[in-house]
Amino acid sequence: MRDVAIVAFAQTAHRRRTDELSEVDLLMPVLHEVLGATGLKANEIGFTCSGSADYLAGRAFSFTMALDGVGAHPPISESHVEMDGAWALYEAWVKIMTGEADTALVYSYGKSSPGEVRDVLTRQLDPYYLAPLWPDSVSLAALQAQALIDAGDTDEAALASIAARSRTDATTNPYAQLTGDVPAGDHLVHPLRTGDCPPIGDGAAAVVLAAGDTARALCARPAWIRGIDHRIEAHSLGVRDLTDSPSTRLAAQHAGAFERPVDTAELHAPFTSQEVVLRKALGLGGDTRINPSGGALAANPIMAAGLIRLGEAAARIHRGESDRALAHATSGPCLQQNLVAVLEGESAHA
Amino acid sequence: MTDVLSAPLVVEFPFTRSLGPVQSAFLTGLRERTVLGVRADDGTVLVPPVEYDPVTANELRELVEVATTGTVTTWAWNPFPRRDQPLGTPFAWVLVRLDGAATALLHALDAPGPDAVHTGMRVRIRWAATRTGAITDIACFEPYEGEAGPDEPTHHDGEFTDPVTGIVAPARLDYVHTAGRAQSAYLKALAGHRTVGERCPACRKVYVPPRGACPTCGIATAEQVEVGPRGTVTTFCIVNIKAKNLDIEVPYVYAHIALDGADLALHGRIAGIPYDQVRMGLRVEPVWAEGAAHPDHYRPTGEPDADYDTYKELV
Repeated sequence: MRDVAIVAFAQTAHRRRTDELSEVDLLMPVLHEVLGATGLKANEIGFTCSGSADYLAGRAFSFTMALDGVGAHPPISESHVEMDGAWALYEAWVKIMTGEADTALVYSYGKSSPGEVRDVLTRQLDPYYLAPLWPDSVSLAALQAQALIDAGDTDEAALASIAARSRTDATTNPYAQLTGDVPAGDHLVHPLRTGDCPPIGDGAAAVVLAAGDTARALCARPAWIRGIDHRIEAHSLGVRDLTDSPSTRLAAQHAGAFERPVDTAELHAPFTSQEVVLRKALGLGGDTRINPSGGALAANPIMAAGLIRLGEAAARIHRGESDRALAHATSGPCLQQNLVAVLEGESAHA
Repeated sequence: MTDVLSAPLVVEFPFTRSLGPVQSAFLTGLRERTVLGVRADDGTVLVPPVEYDPVTANELRELVEVATTGTVTTWAWNPFPRRDQPLGTPFAWVLVRLDGAATALLHALDAPGPDAVHTGMRVRIRWAATRTGAITDIACFEPYEGEAGPDEPTHHDGEFTDPVTGIVAPARLDYVHTAGRAQSAYLKALAGHRTVGERCPACRKVYVPPRGACPTCGIATAEQVEVGPRGTVTTFCIVNIKAKNLDIEVPYVYAHIALDGADLALHGRIAGIPYDQVRMGLRVEPVWAEGAAHPDHYRPTGEPDADYDTYKELV
């Protein structure tokens, strides 16, 4: 098995609107930043993989336009997932593990401002039984939140404290969109208040992966991916226990998360109630720092927010602020699909 | 913001989907006010039914009929219904486990307010007046204090006259598209019948239309360069099939045209010359229609044809 690490991470400042920027305009600065940090040129990268969804901005094949920002000529080895960039990172990790590449550029972007993201996300649902009802993303999360309240796992006050902690932590995150003292607000869809929901915005992120000694040459303290896995549950909400996330637990088990405690966890929980589910599934206690970046409640560029969790966890290892971190990304309604990675700094792996 | 163009953009499709045998029976059943479930490998009854077992992935075919009454397993009060949702007035989203089923169905519950809704409350289906064989044949659920249906579902052969074998699901999403800096500048210049591309600061190539970045170098383009108006046909095709909603007589010629000064060919229709006389190297110029946002077509300038070597890099 090869050792693979995240050696660079960059993200945009996330904003409600970016009318003046096309998707490639949004993306180019973060691509240049990670390439600059590693000293690599685009044509020195072994594999490039991206994650995005055309439905967000309503632009067909926007990912092919985004490639303009990479410099894809002469032709590069490239792939795309119509998913969060965390899954693009997974594909890139597999590519490096096969030995076909030593380095990979992974990026993702989401431009939600042109559309109504609550409506857009209904189009990812079962087209026979769900999509004709247009159940929006906040409503589905609210069904999960009520199930948690009914089960005694949380209450509205506890959810509000998750929101407050996240936005307070985000005050030290210069890229965050929603920070500081944010009111709990009215019920958007009961029991979720506006404060329990993520901001809607535009943003992009990029990371560079590298194997073995290449990683050591590119980064003073690489964030080694000790394990990574993703698992999925049934799509239909009515067959799942919405208060639990067995897919997260199984992915974490396969990633080795339960072998030793993690000091930091970056959880992709766009809604406060989803953090409750994830903490339970991952068995995270008070000694683990949860979402020091503020998490998706502070900035939620759809299709990039999961990759940003991996990037934020890695950046803390790069800076020496964490030795062993868990990063999580989710996809689909009510945490249907979940990815877990365990990252470590070198000194912690004696 | 004043420099960036924006316009409404509607993305709309009528998705036409075929149904598997279980989905077909379920949706036809709804049309006939009958709710069918399917028995899973573990013996439990799944409603709404699926074609394959969620655990074992085996094909499921044993249909049963369940009650039209059930119990709310979780709910969410929606004070601001959105377009196309089941009810136009505030309602509760609910997951309902119908009597006889082991799993829950998502739909709307018509109730006066959140205080009137709780997990465990009893509800029944309110059928839509017009039913076509779709999940929307259930108009919504409504509170129900009467008798519960049987716990044990009854066998059903899934046979109906005139079964539904497909659904047409309209999907419409509304956007406000913004063109971004480079394309806004391009479109504004076009309004003045000028074609303006952008030059890459590294490789010096001029891209028309500009997309904001050099796809070879991966860096931003910014220097604006007016190109054309004349250009050279680099390659072309003859269109023989009339496109829907397009008022152009076939056959006609659609071509790649390298405008003078541009390093990328753009697309355009060629007219003003018989279709079978269009050739690579033909020199053309744009023809503008009154008030149009872009050239209607390109026509021959009458100049001698361009030498192949002058445009071979752009073919």
